[in-house]
Amino acid sequence: MRRHPVWSWFWFILGILYFFIPLVSTLEFSLRMLKGRYTLEAYRVAFQDPRFYQSFGYSLLWAIVTIVISLLLVVPTAYWVQLKLPKARPYVEFVTLMPFVVPAVVLTFGLIRMYGRPPLVLTTTPAALIVGYVVLSLPYMYRSVDSGLRAVDIRTLTEAAQSLGANWGTILMDVIFPNLRVALLSGIFLTFAIVMGEFTFASLLSWPAFGPYIEEIGAMRAYTPQAVSLMSFLITWGSIMLIQWIGRGARGAQVQVGGAR
Amino acid sequence: MAVERSPRADARPRQDLGDAPSARPPRKPFSWTWVGVAPFFVFAFLFLFLPSASIFFRSFESLDHRFTFQNILDLFQKSDIRNAYKLSLQISAATALGGAFFGFLLAYAVTIGGLPRAVRNFMLSFSGVASNFAGVPLAFAFVATMGNAGLVTRIIESTTGIDIHAGGFTIYNFWGLSIVYMYFQFPLMVLIMAPALDGLRREWREACENLGGSTWHYWRYVALPILAPTLLGTAILLFGNAFGAYATAYAFTGSFLNLVTIVIGAQIQGDVLYNPGLGNAMALGMIVIMSMVMSVYIWSQRRAARWVR
Repeated sequence: MRRHPVWSWFWFILGILYFFIPLVSTLEFSLRMLKGRYTLEAYRVAFQDPRFYQSFGYSLLWAIVTIVISLLLVVPTAYWVQLKLPKARPYVEFVTLMPFVVPAVVLTFGLIRMYGRPPLVLTTTPAALIVGYVVLSLPYMYRSVDSGLRAVDIRTLTEAAQSLGANWGTILMDVIFPNLRVALLSGIFLTFAIVMGEFTFASLLSWPAFGPYIEEIGAMRAYTPQAVSLMSFLITWGSIMLIQWIGRGARGAQVQVGGAR
Repeated sequence: MAVERSPRADARPRQDLGDAPSARPPRKPFSWTWVGVAPFFVFAFLFLFLPSASIFFRSFESLDHRFTFQNILDLFQKSDIRNAYKLSLQISAATALGGAFFGFLLAYAVTIGGLPRAVRNFMLSFSGVASNFAGVPLAFAFVATMGNAGLVTRIIESTTGIDIHAGGFTIYNFWGLSIVYMYFQFPLMVLIMAPALDGLRREWREACENLGGSTWHYWRYVALPILAPTLLGTAILLFGNAFGAYATAYAFTGSFLNLVTIVIGAQIQGDVLYNPGLGNAMALGMIVIMSMVMSVYIWSQRRAARWVR
């Protein structure tokens, strides 16, 4: 089969075309705002809109809050499960698969019905949005952190630190985290990429964000939406490339299973 | 405390050898170690379980707040709802099959298809990126590609003189959306199939050849049976991936295509079904289908793991 890689080349080139034609088209389209020549007019218009910065800023804020909460929720849990409670692993893994079972639009529906009325009203605050984003990030964050924890012998490290007299704070900050750096950064950047382009939660819960903003200007203008879409792609591209770059050579290179969007 | 000592004492052998039925103390009534995972489970209970349970119970609520099976029956009996499910299932099946097929060939090409190593890294790297391109930007990218003024549309027109949008043809339909979905479907297949194809051991092929088997024999009786669980599992994952998608479809077609997710989205924004119970039932239907999808996926992953060292 190694004699004739002709078909292999054929499929590979077809794949590359599928990847790049939409990207090239988007770029070309975004440059065509002024008739008859290629200009950066669409980008100028995009950067002039104060709502561009506003929605981008909001998404940045949501992303940071989501990442912090997701880390606080996932890291201690995954560490504890690995160290003390392997019995709980199937249950934790089940929960991290739940966001695939309950798609974003269904979860939004449930959250609004559940927390849109007393006793606990969350939909009037960004809490419902953040909760949705944290749920969305759970599978990615957990998978990253868990594979990071499996790759190093967390138990020996912890016990060694303990026998040297370290307290839990020192163990976590000086021993565990440095060993988890790659895993944590992977989870963080993936969550960042997901939240920055997210549309469903923000749109249906009516909070300003970058995803709904792109959709809105798409209904009003031509060319600028493509310019902004390209920027959104760049954010995703940059995040994933960073993950791949920091994870190079790391053990247990992982497959990122995408969720529905 | 005995509770503290015993798990650590027997933890290492247990990790390596599986659950050894050693002289462990009888079941403890309560273990404080569970408190460590409490925040996680409380969060999951409040924001995953409760909303899902609420959807479940309200599916059986009539307009006058009584118990009813009518909403569930309506899922099958009301034609617009049945059509929404049908369309969602069709588009998921089409893009899962297409994505799995194309993705498999691509994964084959870059792993054992005899292409240079650099090509493989390139493809896997791009697949990682492309599988994350979804939602609103992806929809606009395809508008710029094959929309009325899209690059591909114009190239076809200038080379062949055929305007693909003439005569009422539109890309904002089933096939157009399928092409868009394929953009994040097949890279996912590549990402999952590539390691599986790498896992095919040379010895298996050699053993087959030594026994007089042809390439066809090898694929039919050795490679495909080994890969079958991964193939099935990934195809079903792609299916779920498309079935739950909302943002891409919404930004691409507006509400032209009545997918289940689009109808639920409309139901959230304003009670378009004029029956909150029915909205819940539709959401419940999605959860049921996604549960089946994930069950098959988990089952196939277990089967696939058998051949992985």
